[in-house]
Amino acid sequence: MQKRYHIGVLYSRMRVEEKWIFGAMEKRGIDYDRLDDREVSFDLEAPEPWLSYDAVLERSISYTSGLYSLRMLNTLGVPTVNKASVAEICGDKLVTSAVLAKAGVPQPHVVTAFTPEAALAAIEAFGYPVVLKPVVGSWGRLLAKVNDRDAAEAVLEHKATLGSVQHSVFYIQEYIHKPGRDIRAIVIGDRVITAIYRKSEHWITNTARGGEGELCPITPEIEALCLKATAAVGGGVLAVDLVEHPDKGMLVNEINHTMEFHTAQPVSSVDIANEIVNYTVEMAKKGKE
Amino acid sequence: MNPVNCPECEAQIDLEATTEVGEIIVCPDCGVDLEVTALDPAAVQLAPMEQEDWGE
Repeated sequence: MQKRYHIGVLYSRMRVEEKWIFGAMEKRGIDYDRLDDREVSFDLEAPEPWLSYDAVLERSISYTSGLYSLRMLNTLGVPTVNKASVAEICGDKLVTSAVLAKAGVPQPHVVTAFTPEAALAAIEAFGYPVVLKPVVGSWGRLLAKVNDRDAAEAVLEHKATLGSVQHSVFYIQEYIHKPGRDIRAIVIGDRVITAIYRKSEHWITNTARGGEGELCPITPEIEALCLKATAAVGGGVLAVDLVEHPDKGMLVNEINHTMEFHTAQPVSSVDIANEIVNYTVEMAKKGKE
Repeated sequence: MNPVNCPECEAQIDLEATTEVGEIIVCPDCGVDLEVTALDPAAVQLAPMEQEDWGE
């Protein structure tokens, strides 16, 4: 029955997650194409090859090419996982924070400014330490924990001088004295399918930076918070990163729309790749109705 | 078995039987990311360097 649907999987590199996803597609006999984003093109006058897909699962590593591919596909009416509108929000930390604030989802205190001078004034008002993050980017790269005014001045000048114009969108977040871990919860549709702790002695707990995974029980609090957060950004296949604030309790730190799960899948024994494939087939089905 | 040599450090790497073209492997000696470009005979090349908007 699965063969009724033609699925595309857009990807950049066959990481272990893509290998698991392709494996799940094949195991279920799904008719799918591997679409290497280094090779694809969109011809606006001949979109037929793309129209043959009932759904496309986007797994690009480049946020930019993934986002534009989703925009093209959604404009053509091809259902995608995730939707372009979701990628637009989740790929940008500032937009995510704004959307979460509007929805009343608890999150760390965030201030933004667009010049080093305004950012410094905002940081001084915040008090030290603070964390500076690029609005686009991942794997814990280019995060700066700023402990005093000297460091703030230096980091702001470096970002303004050396970075692309986007690095002058200063995203300033309160530093959280978290208990040596954060939580990554995997949400698919309206279900939180698993969650892991990511532990590290370093203040950056990302597993791409060496953080270790351990199973985290999905409490009613985690479940409610994750579903509220994912609904706010438009839903789909998402990873919600949570931090435990000593005073404010559980907060949503960020939401990833093309998440890696190389740690979460083996630690949880939940077949996340298969769940993603199921969801993609569901989207194909809905698109045909 | 399918041995290849790492283009960075020349270490010999034995690809697993389930390896696919396009897969990213990590050199066990020097830790560099390698993309498998062929299987028969096996070939690898340095995987593209990280770019600014890469991530999950």
